[in-house]
Amino acid sequence: MFNAIFGSFEAGAIYALMALGVYLSFRILDFPDMTVDGSFVTGASIAAVLIVGGMNPFLATIAAILAGFIAGCVTGLLHTKGKINPLLSGILMMIALYSINLRIMGKSNVPLLQEETIFTKLTNFWQSLKIDDAINGLMQMLGMGDSVPKTWGILVVMLLLAYIVKKGLDFFLKTDIGLAIRATGDNETMIRSFSADTDMLKIVGLGLSNAVVAFSGALVAQYSGFSDVGMGIGMIVIGLASVIIGEAVFGAKKIVRATLAVIGGSILYRLIVTMALRVDFLETGDMKLITAIIVIFALILPKINSSRKEKQRKKKRMTQSLDKEQAIKA
Amino acid sequence: MLHLNQIFKVFNEGTPDEKIALHELTLQLNPGDFVTVIGSNGAGKSTLMNIISGKMITDLGTVYIDGKNVTSVQEHNRARLVGRVFQDPMAGTAPTMTIEENLAIAYSRIKTRGLRIGVTKKRRDYFKTKLESLHLGLENRLEAKVGLLSGGERQALSLLMATFTDPKILLLDEHTAALDPSRAELITNLTREIVQKNKLTTLMVTHNMQQALDLGNKLIMMDKGQVIFKANEADKKQLTVEKLLEEFQRIRGEKMNSDRAVLI
Repeated sequence: MFNAIFGSFEAGAIYALMALGVYLSFRILDFPDMTVDGSFVTGASIAAVLIVGGMNPFLATIAAILAGFIAGCVTGLLHTKGKINPLLSGILMMIALYSINLRIMGKSNVPLLQEETIFTKLTNFWQSLKIDDAINGLMQMLGMGDSVPKTWGILVVMLLLAYIVKKGLDFFLKTDIGLAIRATGDNETMIRSFSADTDMLKIVGLGLSNAVVAFSGALVAQYSGFSDVGMGIGMIVIGLASVIIGEAVFGAKKIVRATLAVIGGSILYRLIVTMALRVDFLETGDMKLITAIIVIFALILPKINSSRKEKQRKKKRMTQSLDKEQAIKA
Repeated sequence: MLHLNQIFKVFNEGTPDEKIALHELTLQLNPGDFVTVIGSNGAGKSTLMNIISGKMITDLGTVYIDGKNVTSVQEHNRARLVGRVFQDPMAGTAPTMTIEENLAIAYSRIKTRGLRIGVTKKRRDYFKTKLESLHLGLENRLEAKVGLLSGGERQALSLLMATFTDPKILLLDEHTAALDPSRAELITNLTREIVQKNKLTTLMVTHNMQQALDLGNKLIMMDKGQVIFKANEADKKQLTVEKLLEEFQRIRGEKMNSDRAVLI
């Protein structure tokens, strides 16, 4: 049980970056960007191929981020200059990237076993800090000695990384350009009348969003030890699930709060899926179905809730006015 | 300051719906002019605004702002010179952003936007003093989301934002039409105050004839894509709503067809 929860936290933290990218396009730019399914794999495959080719894993990851940025910019170009509907331009790019990803990898799957990745490097460094021994020792004292995880390093580093990206995003969205990007998603007529080139802002916004997604893809490939052409399927829905669950549970009044909520949402999503998969009749293959159902629930529940509250309010008012009438009669 | 030369704009050219929106319209605004524009529906007032702001590009003719030929300059580049307030109070502000964030966007209109923080302490103080001039108490609600403000408050904020960086031309497109009478009066007074204080060259479209007479130093009447009547400063002082309607009938020989136009 503990291991399952620990695994969810670890995966949630890694995929949190992807969710932050989706947050940027979906919430800030109001652009449901399907490119994510493709750019996630692009990030993964570029990192994998370069690492196998002997490149330093940190540099390989940076290359993956750049590739994601370019992919997002192309989607932005299709939408703004080509005047293609947002959803369709994302879908077109996603399909195009599928072939491009195959070309990058040369085959459908690149294994990274035995290769030096960011995680092997970080784990080495982490082990030299001896923190694992301390935490695990503490857990043994608490009587949880059977379920100590192999290392806490990945979780800590990933949470830290997600936090840094969150902070960066928070800062960016407060700058003059960031404010203009937010206004573009909010009221395009208005921001154009304040001398902002909305086409450019959308292109840059989508570029950044997909850069973060590709970053996440590169990390996932290194974490799980392979890059696969199918690993991005449904990624956008997982991202949306994280954003929506996070906002519903942790609130989204301010940007700083919302970005933190997205990270929390990503972890929560993994927990929900892990719990769901422990039910006997569900299989691993049902994960996408579970994800879709989670998103549907997360989208519908708040509306049902608010309409129920509205009904309760009306009922209350009705009884109050009836009471008044009776009081007057009496 | 603004010079429109022989502007011609046609919609749906070559189809049965062809409509000439502006027919060789020529208009000249001197620095500090405040011109009110009236006319029935379909007279071409909105097209005129869109041509000046760059939202539409003219088919023929040239647009000069501040001596520069901006005929084919894109909308967002032209927006450095032109401030706009729209009829819809929702149109001029970003609802999910705070008052201070909206003001920061307006503030950076004439700058190249970069990676500097939008709302700094220095800017916030400046925003506060500017908001105080609206007398709505908005200076105490800097971190409130604009979507929570009332229509009148949003329009007042839009007006402030549009005039924040002293645009060369201020375009007001029926900006009080969607408000209730008391709010409309508030915005009208604010408009007068702000335009006078900053000596802004202004073009205001309105359906309210009384407002067209009360505000500004010049008045033009449009019909069928042309300016059919002009009143300069001296003439305008003598005008009344009745005289305007008579004038229109004399020129066009028909009763003004818009029922909104006779609203006082």
